Amino acid sequence: MPGRVRHLSATMPLLEARRVTRRFGALVANDAVDLAVPGGQAHALLGENGAGKSTLVKILYGLLQPDAGEIAWRGAPVPIPDPRAARALGIGMVFQHFSLFEAMTVAENVALALDVPEPLPRVAERLVAVSRAYGLPLEPQREVWRLSVGERQRVEIVRCLMQDPRLIILDEPTSVLTPQEADGLFATLDHLRAEGRAVLYISHKLEEVRRLCEAATILRNGRVVATCDPRVETAASLARMMVGTDVGAARRNATAEAGPVRLSVHALSLPPPEPHGVGLDGASLELRAGEVLGIAGVAGNGQDVLFAALSGEQAAPAADRIILDGAPIGREDITARRRRGAAFVPEERLGHAAVPRFRLSENALLAGHATEGFAPGGLVRRSRTLDFVDRISAAFDVRKGARDPEARALSGGNLQKFVVGREILRQPRLLVVCQPTWGVDAGAARVIRQAILDLARSGAAVLVISQDLDELLEIADRIAVIFHGRLSAPLTAAQATRERIGLLMGGAAMAEAA
Amino acid sequence: MTLIEAILLTVITASTPLLIAAIGELIAERAGVLNLGVEGMMIMGAAAGIAAAITTGSSAAGVAAAILAGMALAAIFGLLVLGLATNQVAAGLALAIFGLGLSGVLGAPFVGVPRAGIGKIEVPFLSDIPFLGPLLFRQDPFVYASFALVAGVAWFLGRTRAGLVLRACGENAAAAHALGYKVLRIRFLALLFGGACAGLAGAYLSLVLTPFWTSGMTSGRGWIALAIVVFASWMSWRAVAGAYLFGGVTILQLHAQGAGVPIPPQAMAALPYLVTILALVLIMQARGGGSTAPAGLGTPFVPDR
Ligand SMILES: Nc1ncnc2c1ncn2[C@@H]1O[C@H](COP(=O)(O)OP(=O)(O)O)[C@@H](O)[C@H]1O
Ligand SMILES: [Mg+2]
Repeated sequence: MPGRVRHLSATMPLLEARRVTRRFGALVANDAVDLAVPGGQAHALLGENGAGKSTLVKILYGLLQPDAGEIAWRGAPVPIPDPRAARALGIGMVFQHFSLFEAMTVAENVALALDVPEPLPRVAERLVAVSRAYGLPLEPQREVWRLSVGERQRVEIVRCLMQDPRLIILDEPTSVLTPQEADGLFATLDHLRAEGRAVLYISHKLEEVRRLCEAATILRNGRVVATCDPRVETAASLARMMVGTDVGAARRNATAEAGPVRLSVHALSLPPPEPHGVGLDGASLELRAGEVLGIAGVAGNGQDVLFAALSGEQAAPAADRIILDGAPIGREDITARRRRGAAFVPEERLGHAAVPRFRLSENALLAGHATEGFAPGGLVRRSRTLDFVDRISAAFDVRKGARDPEARALSGGNLQKFVVGREILRQPRLLVVCQPTWGVDAGAARVIRQAILDLARSGAAVLVISQDLDELLEIADRIAVIFHGRLSAPLTAAQATRERIGLLMGGAAMAEAA
Repeated sequence: MTLIEAILLTVITASTPLLIAAIGELIAERAGVLNLGVEGMMIMGAAAGIAAAITTGSSAAGVAAAILAGMALAAIFGLLVLGLATNQVAAGLALAIFGLGLSGVLGAPFVGVPRAGIGKIEVPFLSDIPFLGPLLFRQDPFVYASFALVAGVAWFLGRTRAGLVLRACGENAAAAHALGYKVLRIRFLALLFGGACAGLAGAYLSLVLTPFWTSGMTSGRGWIALAIVVFASWMSWRAVAGAYLFGGVTILQLHAQGAGVPIPPQAMAALPYLVTILALVLIMQARGGGSTAPAGLGTPFVPDR
């Protein structure tokens, strides 16, 4: 009999979602999703952006209510009306977008997540003990805004562990970490597993999943399309299940001879845009015609200021800090730089690259008014802008309902293809692009990366600022790292290993590499 | 009683309603809601306070009515900005105008009806201390209440878990919601507290300061209370400094006019407002442009379920 009982408890899932459905208006974010996580298992939840992963785990954590279906805990259906109820069951969650309070201390942040109130000093004490036990050092009295991204994640994890959960849900925990920080996280997860806690792990980094997880559930368009053991799959086969078709890498033609220096930046320093931000601290770089230079780095290390300085949104302290084709342009505005053949794609596609409530043709006009002859004599030629939209849509496979919809009506990937296409179709001499494929699906990402490579091969100079190291390793000829507003010397594609770049991204060995 | 003593006494009475209204708005703003309608809630408090006090003959009933009137207006505001997620600035301005108008109607039958003010409370023995005694220990109940409020709010925000949760709602509503806190309910309660304080401040005007009703008698004090919250950079004790700075300048200005300083009275009357603006500018400068406002201040939050 005891053997039988053990057998039962080994197969009965700790947590189960049964036919869970959740709609947002007409969109079915989760469509009769089944998921079972046995106790002690590391279970991966895979899927492209928008597949419905975050929606499902929010339902499990009580933040959203399902429209149909039920959640079972240790085999019995349970209502989870709010996160408190989830925590009482033993479910903890680390959110995709950190949910910390910047102006408060670490201890206060942790205290807020405790359901049984404790005096702050006691919380601080316990927090130090827990963080020691898991090798996640934290100072309870520091304010969160002073912490690095990795430290913030530690706060989230420790906050979750203070409740002694049986199941820990992590929603894309590594997308903001340096490779070394990610390794630290993996060690923590191994520790948690060793203690018999179950982990539900969301990621679209497939190698990571293959290494960590024993089972995987794969979502596509809100439906479960497969469950599998990731250890016996390949990254390619997992990707095929997620996307539904084969996904290749962008193809790099034989490296052309790099041409003359097109863009150079000399010891450029700029103040941070906000009090707690990071500016630029003596950044220098050289970019040649025909090459793709990647700028790697964890978010918030001065990328936005670098982009603003290159695009002309923020003037450099002196004109000769930035030189384009021999001309000092540091104090020119964005239109003047566009007239010189430069093109820019900012990180935020909705709100920065495109006005959400403007039509695509109007958004095309905003970017090309000075260079594309859309408005001769100050009068807008609608036929020309519409024509331009058609050409972008054809060349970049922008899928949209109407011929000329508002920008906000496009899905993320399609809008990104539009804003990148809008610049590349002009055949710029210099393209500066920030996070070109952030949050777009694999198919669109491939189109965009290929277009960037093709542009460089046609003789343009391309600067790609990205937090996605895999992307840079795929398309960049050389990679420099930005850390705390300082740029490292670039590494060539051959020198640029994950480890070296990861170290630079964490701020180590900056002096040595420079 | 010396002249200095007399001046200081009037400074206290001028500052007290500002302090009470400001401390209430401070709580609402720390919870993340910007209620620009303080002026409206305050004058409704003044009107309801005097109306109830004259009708019932009881000052206590007047004070209670003033508090309830302020809370009622705050509740309307809460339904608009929390329930319907309307723009807080627009709704707050509307509330101010609405309160001014409605108070005129409510107060009309009581215009100019005189009434004895609320008496002072003397603390035995202590009030006999020369100079400090009358200043500190022979005051009306509102003055004591204003300091009790400040101390209570400082303790609540800094030392209690409920205060921590309230600050969390003002800092990052989405994150507080993700932890399972009822952000809208907490914000609503904070707004009600703000309304109660504004109503109480209004009662002070019509029951103590000028113990009769004239329409528009708040004369901009609600707006000053808003400025004091910024001046105080959302810290309760600093609100005392802000309120007394403004109250002090108001009284000085009156005495200067009385002494015949050759400056047009209109310009003198504008002095407190100018000083407030100047102080705000200097504070912003000193802070290097950064803000200490609660990060979520004024942003509507709509939880999806
Ligand atoms: N609050 C919401 N309102 C409307 N649509 C939403 C909301 N949250 C998510 N969605 C939509 O539901 C789909 C699934 O989203 P999500 O669960 O966040 O995907 P994933 O985490 O897999 O990237 C997406 O199309 C997204 O736009
Ligand atoms: Mg997600």
